[in-house]
Amino acid sequence: MPAPRPDAPGAGKARIDNHDNHGAPGFGDVVRDEAALRRFLHGLPGVDQVGLERRSAMLATRSIKRESKLQALDMAVSMIDLTTLEGADTPGKVRSLCAQARRPDPDHPQVPPVAAVCVYPDLAGVAVDALRGSGVAVAAVATAFPSGRSSRAVKLADTALAVEAGASEIDMVIDRGAFLTGRYGAVYDEIVAVKQACGSAHLKVILETGELAGYDDVRRASWLALLAGADVIKTSTGKISPAATLPVVQVMLQAVRDWERATGRLRGVKAAGGIRTAKDAIRHLVAVNEIAGPAWLTPQLFRFGASSLLGDLLRQRRTQLEGHYESADRIGSA
Amino acid sequence: MEWTYAPAPESAALANLTPTYRPFIGGEFVDSGGQPLKTINPATEEVLAEVGTAATEDVDRAVAAARRAYEQVWGPMPGAERAKYLFRIARVVAERARELAVLETLDNGKPIRESRDVDVPTASAHLFHHAGWADKLGYAGMGPDPRPLGVVGAVIPWNFPLLMAVWKIAPALACGNTIVLKPAETTPLTALVLAEIAADAGLPAGVLNVLPGAGDVGEALVGHGGLDKVAFTGSTEVGKEIQRRLAGTGKRLTLELGGKAANIVYDDAPLDQAVDGVVDGIFFNQGHVCCAGSRLLVQESIAEEFETLLRDRIETLRVGDPLDKNTDVGAINSRAQLERIADLTAAGDAEGAQRWTSSCPLPERGLFFPPTVFSGVEQTMRVAREEIFGPVLSVLTFRTPDEAVAKANNTRYGLSAGIWTSNGAKALWTAQRVRAGVVWANTFNRFDPTAPFGGYRESGFGREGGRVGLEAYLQA
Repeated sequence: MPAPRPDAPGAGKARIDNHDNHGAPGFGDVVRDEAALRRFLHGLPGVDQVGLERRSAMLATRSIKRESKLQALDMAVSMIDLTTLEGADTPGKVRSLCAQARRPDPDHPQVPPVAAVCVYPDLAGVAVDALRGSGVAVAAVATAFPSGRSSRAVKLADTALAVEAGASEIDMVIDRGAFLTGRYGAVYDEIVAVKQACGSAHLKVILETGELAGYDDVRRASWLALLAGADVIKTSTGKISPAATLPVVQVMLQAVRDWERATGRLRGVKAAGGIRTAKDAIRHLVAVNEIAGPAWLTPQLFRFGASSLLGDLLRQRRTQLEGHYESADRIGSA
Repeated sequence: MEWTYAPAPESAALANLTPTYRPFIGGEFVDSGGQPLKTINPATEEVLAEVGTAATEDVDRAVAAARRAYEQVWGPMPGAERAKYLFRIARVVAERARELAVLETLDNGKPIRESRDVDVPTASAHLFHHAGWADKLGYAGMGPDPRPLGVVGAVIPWNFPLLMAVWKIAPALACGNTIVLKPAETTPLTALVLAEIAADAGLPAGVLNVLPGAGDVGEALVGHGGLDKVAFTGSTEVGKEIQRRLAGTGKRLTLELGGKAANIVYDDAPLDQAVDGVVDGIFFNQGHVCCAGSRLLVQESIAEEFETLLRDRIETLRVGDPLDKNTDVGAINSRAQLERIADLTAAGDAEGAQRWTSSCPLPERGLFFPPTVFSGVEQTMRVAREEIFGPVLSVLTFRTPDEAVAKANNTRYGLSAGIWTSNGAKALWTAQRVRAGVVWANTFNRFDPTAPFGGYRESGFGREGGRVGLEAYLQA
């Protein structure tokens, strides 16, 4: 996709809140008002479903063996946002998860720690205490996750709660209702406001692609989030199916690749929901490698949001080293 | 972070290679009078096997066997009975898919990913498709009881050895004809295994005959007085020669010849998929595809951006060991073909086109040519006019749809074309004006047994596949 040219200012009525526009260098005109933003998003090149899915299917045939598989398994572990997002979550459950996040496989100390632990905001403090000094980040979902159906004030308060508890990464949801009715300015403003509330915390913007109207919408939502200052664009909450699929992740990887071409800045992608096996994770890594490029093969720029993936990665890792698929009961699990 | 894919080679042993292969005549593999040929693995230039070739008397024997089979067994057999044999062959091709894929890759040099995911499954699909037609020919729109032609002589190229064999054999047999097939000199092996599969399936003797050999065997076959029909896939030059030879003989003829297809990319195209499609269009099977999209026509307003995207994408292509499951571009089939590609690209340099070559590493031995793009190509240059049949893309630009169509049609060929736009009306407008037998919109190189394939002008005549493809093997 070409670097889109910032459009001429339009005559839209809705006003997009002014801000320093730090996320969108060179795109000031695009985000000036709702009409300009709409023109820009609808002027992005289309996504052809057949071709997109064909490429994904081709990449899924890559055969990753031996040392490249071992490297992939460790990379995948280091990219996990180990997640628990249940109504039944307790401090005990979170502490248990944090213990595994620090040392995923104590019998194999070479296994790297995961990237982050992802929890609801009220438990962020527990995770912060449990992970202090480990290098593992604490991510908290916010903005009335997962539906995002509440007032702006509630969403900002939710974000503040997480930030004050010490979360260094915030996973917000976009207002899909506003997006689907074409009120892109409202979605944009909200991301900008949450970004401000994040302070120094990293902002991941969840597009909930399973609720959007196809791949063109995924591309538009990706650009909208990047324009508004997202550090990472994330597929899904994990509460909706389909969640992360290879074609959707491919479109989002193209968006951050194009963003880098246009602005020189690197933004990340998080594939969340539905990735449960090492095989599936490796397919995503192949897509990262071949669509965005090797520069994105780092936990700063690619993450897996997952709860059960870690177990299979550890078992496959032992398979590589020991030659047989280990029982899950021989590996400690949160 | 750098992440190198470890080699993931498919096992060559799966091919069940034997040291020698022999022609298949009258239901058995027989000794023959021709000078045996050595078929090589183009990825290593090592000899794979010695293959017996046909002498003139072997051609006579094969045509006579096919005639007997046609008159005594296959011609009179009800379609429903013929179908059973074809279904059986189709199923065994699918069952032995892995063996056939590895053998094809060894003999041809194409990546195992393609022989495994395209050549063999498509071959099996063509057999299944035509098996289904065998008892329904009365409903194909050619009258209540269309009759077969008789004995078919078929000569096929080296780029899709098994698939091209099946494209001839399946419709010929489904329609009640018998066939004598000559595979290409450099790629005879999978056609001979197909003959073995047919024999195992109990196909009556003489219905299928396979005669390996070089051009002289092909010449003896197509000129043989005992044939009723000739089907040829190959170069335009040889196709013309065959047509001259057959003029006035009353024999039926279909030709599927060369091409210089245009891939037209409008500025409103789904660009990422257009890039993938253009790459697939020219680098699929090392560009050894008669319908390859060897001319990219890109709208001037996006030309620069598109070429940048294209080069970045081509840089990700993995060139190397065809048996490695991660290889995207394999070996050039023969030294002669490699030299032809080198000659034509040198002509591109001499005529002032700008050459760009992927920085991918090439294997130290074997026949390889790196993915290459010529930009600044004009319609007058040889790289825009002649079929290169290699991994070489020529990039031209256009300003308006009319100009795109005019440039696409400014060629002696007319086999295929690609159109890339998100505007459906524009795609249809363009498709109606491009003179090509196959037009793909927002995709390329799709082969389906239900869709007729074939060209016009110097790309040949006749169709393969679909209902209309049956006409080539029936007295319509």
